[in-house]
Amino acid sequence: MILRLRQAHQDQIRAHVEGGYPAEACGIFLGREVDGVRIVERLRLVDNRWADPEEQTHRFLIPPEEVLAAEREAVAEGMEILGFFHSHPDHPARPSNFDREHAWPWYAYLIVSVENGRATDWRVWELREDRSAFIERTLEVVP
Amino acid sequence: MAVQILIPTPLRVYTRGEKVVTVEAGTVGEALRALTERFPELRRHLFNEEGRLRSFVNLYLGDEDVRYLQGEETPIPDGQTLSIVPSIAGGGRWSSGRWITRR
Ligand SMILES: [Zn+2]
Repeated sequence: MILRLRQAHQDQIRAHVEGGYPAEACGIFLGREVDGVRIVERLRLVDNRWADPEEQTHRFLIPPEEVLAAEREAVAEGMEILGFFHSHPDHPARPSNFDREHAWPWYAYLIVSVENGRATDWRVWELREDRSAFIERTLEVVP
Repeated sequence: MAVQILIPTPLRVYTRGEKVVTVEAGTVGEALRALTERFPELRRHLFNEEGRLRSFVNLYLGDEDVRYLQGEETPIPDGQTLSIVPSIAGGGRWSSGRWITRR
């Protein structure tokens, strides 16, 4: 699986995760899958809705009503939800155990490490079917 | 009556690729039972060991979360679609998680 972003999307994500620092920031990818390539056509930036604001430095939540709204937008446009992104403020761009416990198979999970307020490392992950681990996938940024 | 259930992408592998599954049911609980009888592999993704809906699995009847209606007893009006909707949570503090680097 390859996650293909446009440069404009990457710029939007960077602004969103750097603007949200030191809290985690998140969002939803909409688009199409063609031969294993997840082509992102639209981005939904989401406010971190984790209930306790003090924990937002290391937790994020996209509530179901946001996912449902995204799903409806996708269906109306002949697209689907391809995956999600979130930031790891001052932590590596690798999934935590907490990420794994809450993840779904199939979706692409982009994690952006934000160190001292700057987005540094970008990595895409996919949960294994048996939930035992994440597999690293490829991020492609096109003009 | 016939109820349409909307299946999110990660679960379609258990419904033979079907995006919408139509079952005969009068309540949310009946719809879930009919769905998991047809596709038994779905059960472990929707329910925990106690047989309760997993906390990051949500059911919507129209725009309403059935947890705030009558749960599994909620009657499904004619023509309403039942949507299975994931909530997405996670966070940092990577500690002892395992990962695999793509070859
Ligand atoms: Zn995370």
